[in-house]
Amino acid sequence: MATQTQVAGVGYQAGAKGPGGVFLATLQDWVMTVDHKKIGIMYIVYALLFLAIAGVEALLMRIQLAVPNNHFVSPQTFNRLFTMHGTTMVFFVGMPILFGFGNYLVPLMIGARDMAFPRLNAFSFWVSAFAGFLLYFSYFAGSGLYGAGTAPDVGWFAYAPLTAKVFSPGHSTDYWTLSVLLSGVGSIGTALNIVATTLCMRCKGMKLSRLPLLVWLYFVTSCIAFIAISPLTAAQIMLIIDRYLGGHFFDTQAGGSAVLWMHFFWIFGHPEVYILVLPAFAFANEIIPVFSRKAIFGYPAMVAATVGIGFISMSVWAHHMFTVGMGPAGNTFFTLSTMIIAVPTGIKIFNWLATMWGGNIHFTTPMIFAIAFLFQFLIAGLTGVMLAASPFDWQLGSSYFVVAHFHYVLVGAILFMIFSAFYFWYPKMTGRMMSEKLGKWHFWLFIIGFHLTFDFMHIPGILGMPRRIFTYEADRGWASWNMIVSIGAFVQAIATLIFLYNLISSYFKGQIAGPDPWDAWTLEWSTNSPPPSYNFAQIPTVESRRPLWDIKHPEDPDSRYE
Amino acid sequence: MSLSMYVATVARLLPGSLDGLARRVALCFTPDPTNIFAPEATPAHSIFGLSMLVLGICAGIFLVVGGLLLYVVIRFRHRRGYTVREPVQIYGSTQIEVSWTVIPILIIVVLFLATARIIFTTEMARKPADAVNVVVIGHQYWWEYHYPKLGITTANELHIPVSDPRHPQPSYLTMTSADTDHSYWVPRLAGKMDLIPNKINTMWMDPEKPGLYLGQCAQYCGVEHAKMLIRVYADTPAEFAKWVANQQKPAVQDPSVAEGRAVFMHNACMECHTISGTAAKGKFGPDLSHLASRDTFASGAVPLTEQNLRAFINNPDTYKPGVLMPAMHLNDHDLDAVTKYLMTLR
Repeated sequence: MATQTQVAGVGYQAGAKGPGGVFLATLQDWVMTVDHKKIGIMYIVYALLFLAIAGVEALLMRIQLAVPNNHFVSPQTFNRLFTMHGTTMVFFVGMPILFGFGNYLVPLMIGARDMAFPRLNAFSFWVSAFAGFLLYFSYFAGSGLYGAGTAPDVGWFAYAPLTAKVFSPGHSTDYWTLSVLLSGVGSIGTALNIVATTLCMRCKGMKLSRLPLLVWLYFVTSCIAFIAISPLTAAQIMLIIDRYLGGHFFDTQAGGSAVLWMHFFWIFGHPEVYILVLPAFAFANEIIPVFSRKAIFGYPAMVAATVGIGFISMSVWAHHMFTVGMGPAGNTFFTLSTMIIAVPTGIKIFNWLATMWGGNIHFTTPMIFAIAFLFQFLIAGLTGVMLAASPFDWQLGSSYFVVAHFHYVLVGAILFMIFSAFYFWYPKMTGRMMSEKLGKWHFWLFIIGFHLTFDFMHIPGILGMPRRIFTYEADRGWASWNMIVSIGAFVQAIATLIFLYNLISSYFKGQIAGPDPWDAWTLEWSTNSPPPSYNFAQIPTVESRRPLWDIKHPEDPDSRYE
Repeated sequence: MSLSMYVATVARLLPGSLDGLARRVALCFTPDPTNIFAPEATPAHSIFGLSMLVLGICAGIFLVVGGLLLYVVIRFRHRRGYTVREPVQIYGSTQIEVSWTVIPILIIVVLFLATARIIFTTEMARKPADAVNVVVIGHQYWWEYHYPKLGITTANELHIPVSDPRHPQPSYLTMTSADTDHSYWVPRLAGKMDLIPNKINTMWMDPEKPGLYLGQCAQYCGVEHAKMLIRVYADTPAEFAKWVANQQKPAVQDPSVAEGRAVFMHNACMECHTISGTAAKGKFGPDLSHLASRDTFASGAVPLTEQNLRAFINNPDTYKPGVLMPAMHLNDHDLDAVTKYLMTLR
């Protein structure tokens, strides 16, 4: 079926001399495509669009919080801003950008010509895209019959019973529910596709023990997504039943349970963190070896640690609930399980360090982003250990310390690795290099802004500032810290604008990349940049984890040591 | 951890005259009323002790691993004149992998045991017979307090006795919510505990020094979540006894403000508020029987003065946009009268 559609697309292009001409032909080509590379790029562009929107939401919040008792936005607006910022960043920036890179890279790295189910792939993308637009449509239609539009204001984890009809009238909560539910459908589709592709589409010689680590991590991420998204979907359906069909799952006024929602949400919500962070690790696993000029240290340990994280991530969810009164036994169990996950995560950091040890480290833009990732992920992990000690969490939970901690993971680790991946694979996707000079400007400005914002954000948390407050009292000693945090946010925004400019200008003016600009070792670098629609003229055969190393060093191939 | 503490720390490092100057600068900054690292009660103290251990271990790990990263980046950076085509390829080492698996596990065992101890000593603490019991009910966006043994109902400002370490008299809070989720957080006294509808939670605190301890709701509960502030007054035994005696009295019936009382009773005020000894028995809003004995109103958001109270009754959105109390559209005369009446409820 996939081939037919592609042939039809090509046929239309060939005869595209009708009204509308090239523009319509190109549009139709992208809308109807089932090519994993085009879908991957669409995922990425769509995520960048939402990154800009959610970034502006963050800036508005930082203006409001820069000084105490500020009236820049109303409390209602502020509550919508943090709900939309969180929901957008997790579901419509983080997930799609990572699935975008996965879509693009997984088939190329295993020597396949497309994903296992190309049409499901297109379906997943369009469902996810629709979900994002549905969320923002609430700004126009959220109040339905009640009048003007409003966005949801229940927070990104939408604790019951605030989502009940009596506390959230109108339809804004429904838009949130439906868009999250739909984005889950898209994510499950893509996860299924990545699992099937990894298992069934590998080229000759690509045994599981020779899979590039990126593919291994995407495989584990997708397995987690399978398991984690189901309870989220179930919870959303239960909420819809509560709101429209007279159900009482979370309706506390009729005997329902608010804590039930928390369990359902966090059984999704914590594995979700690993769904987002494993692809970032995946990028690091490819980028750090190339610029250290060494093979990854401890490949089997890295795979085992990843699978270990996958399993343990399913048993830590209630560390989000240390203050709901689970009792000492529950708190103790989830303290232990959460601390244990530091072990496989630590193994990863040590293996990356060992990979760099004795190497020849080139400070290209992708590599400096990866080094900053290592540093910041170390800190994020350690503040995670602090929060895992549940009594410490009784103080720090729901405070700005937690906000700082998870932004350290999401921005300091994941976004830094995403930037790194852009600089690294952009030449493959477009055929042109991104500007190194602008890349360095982007890096230094962003890292300064990041540390201004998120280092200093820990402190108001320690000083007792809870999250999700639209303003704060002047006598609490939080004001100066919040001002610094807000200034840092604008420095990051400027750096991001430089990045976006670099992204666009390099497309037209960047230096021609050639098939293998970084002298790298995995299969995607063996084909043209950008790759032809069929990826490989001839399906490759591999004999080790680094097929291009074997070709470049026939006197000392990897296959001898594995 | 605040600017003032940093300044004070710097001051200690400086010689004499500068020291005095820095100290004066430090005083310009307000002290931190909600600093978790300035504990004043047993639960906050034991968390503080644990957090210092955890911070110490984490700082050690940070220095070792961060130092290694720095060393690797500097030592193995690409240098001009690097002649070898590629560095030696090393694929791994089982011994090394085992060592950096086992060492973190040992660290975690230590951290876990220390943490479990604090979990159990705090949550399983034995409750003395003479502990003060308070029932706390969270509302959008204020706190309701009952003292079942003392027969007191009040709102927003919690009074508890100071606990003498020789004869500990902790206060136990039994908590639930009337609407959405809330969380009770007074950082210098104890860690937070959520108030969840259909669920009963408990926490305890035993302030060591008399004084006012601040905090606020720490679980997003709706529009005015940010203005759901907490004020805990730790009273000396004498002060506490005096406060209890006053709260146990029925509301003041001052004939000079009979007109204001009539305004209150003939408008919707009495549907939502209780004033003991009158027909007003509403439960949706705070009990006003002894409103004028409080320092603040609107859940700690506004200092209690006649002017502020009048403005609030005229339009509650002035101070708390999104508050559930509606503007009553009273004329100026009635507004003055009802404000005067409420200010007599000592």
